[in-house]
Amino acid sequence: MKLVIIDYGAGNIKSIQFAFKRLGVNAVLSNNIDEIKAADKIIFPGVGEASSAMKMLKESGLDNVIPTLKQPVLGICLGMQLMCNFSEEGNTKGLGIFNVAIKKFSNAVKVPQMGWNVIYDLKSDLFTGIKEKEFMYLVHSFYAENCKEAIATTDYEIEYASALQKDNFYGTQFHPEKSGLAGEQILKNFLKL
Amino acid sequence: MTKTEIMLTKRIIPCLDIKNGRTVKGVNFVNLIDAGDPVVLAKQYADLGADELVFLDISATLEGRKTMLEMVLKVAEQVNIPFTVGGGISSIADVDLLLKSGADKVSINSSAIKRPNLVNELAEKFGNQCVVVAIDAKQIDGEWIVHLAGGTIATELNLFDWAKEVEKRGAGEILFTSMNNDGTKAGFANEALAKLSTKLNIPIIASGGAGTVQHFIDTFKIGKSDAALAASVFHFGEIPILELKKELKENNIPVRL
Repeated sequence: MKLVIIDYGAGNIKSIQFAFKRLGVNAVLSNNIDEIKAADKIIFPGVGEASSAMKMLKESGLDNVIPTLKQPVLGICLGMQLMCNFSEEGNTKGLGIFNVAIKKFSNAVKVPQMGWNVIYDLKSDLFTGIKEKEFMYLVHSFYAENCKEAIATTDYEIEYASALQKDNFYGTQFHPEKSGLAGEQILKNFLKL
Repeated sequence: MTKTEIMLTKRIIPCLDIKNGRTVKGVNFVNLIDAGDPVVLAKQYADLGADELVFLDISATLEGRKTMLEMVLKVAEQVNIPFTVGGGISSIADVDLLLKSGADKVSINSSAIKRPNLVNELAEKFGNQCVVVAIDAKQIDGEWIVHLAGGTIATELNLFDWAKEVEKRGAGEILFTSMNNDGTKAGFANEALAKLSTKLNIPIIASGGAGTVQHFIDTFKIGKSDAALAASVFHFGEIPILELKKELKENNIPVRL
């Protein structure tokens, strides 16, 4: 099986690569469009600021490629957010895979949300073997609104979509690669999709 | 305004001081005691329920720094929880190397005081979620004075003003060490911590003074801390993390168990 982590200059890429290595899978880092298209599974990572990450995607032409992929794609953190319609962070358009907007948390809570929170209302094969209210590690100031494509929900002042799915596209706001054994289970599940 | 987060848990963070690739812990910043191999300790802490780890590089030499990068790579390879690396970081290039080696966050201290714009630059380049600003402060005649260079040099900065400033500049989190409390095992500086939490809207990590389980309960309840950091009480097994988290839960403090 060929697993590619999209390397477009934004990311916690090493951590994801190491997490798969712990599962015995060698993940290739690549920004080569042909190599990405030929992969069996694709990870779309990202940390940082949305509009500048979007700019990097455009510069490499990946913004047109990612939405056309047919194999399972997992966006993590900012990766997931960029797969949505729009982000309030830098007021940028996203890839439009998930039909939802990314908004900023209000000042009623500390921003960024940083640490371990629970995911619930789990609705996908991605969460096989994961119990309701399992703890995941999250670090983010912006969130996806709860929507039809939500496959997990988290509560931080408001209930929001902490994971999304549409067809072969998956996204998690949390970091499975940093979420202990439960996170590793999610990565294992993704490999089996 | 009331902070309404309920589901987000309070974090327990063991801190490992690293010198030339080994863990050490200063008591009041002197008298270093060796407490083991950082990679082994880190993996053990992750398995025992630590929510995050902090590694502070206190090596002063170039060789020590290289050893640190190797250590970061090894930790990232073996540990499945987030970790922060601090100590001697003064440029975008330093941070780039650490993040590329697998660190999740970096902590800057003296370098931010010397050149505050570093905070803006790092937040812009890497995102504010990975920029932790560590502040060592000492209460002198009622006023909290920020210190630099590992607490050896007093500045003219006031803790609360400086914390507010780095928040504005893009810090994602504050790691506040009370020099009055550090090494005393007499509890955290909860009054100052609560004031920080009220004045700022980013997470505050309490550091300095952990000695008993009650100290952790107090810093979350009275100090309004979002996370608590400690070293020796964890390294020498005085407070087992799992027991600590169970007791916190019994005291209605949300923790990951």
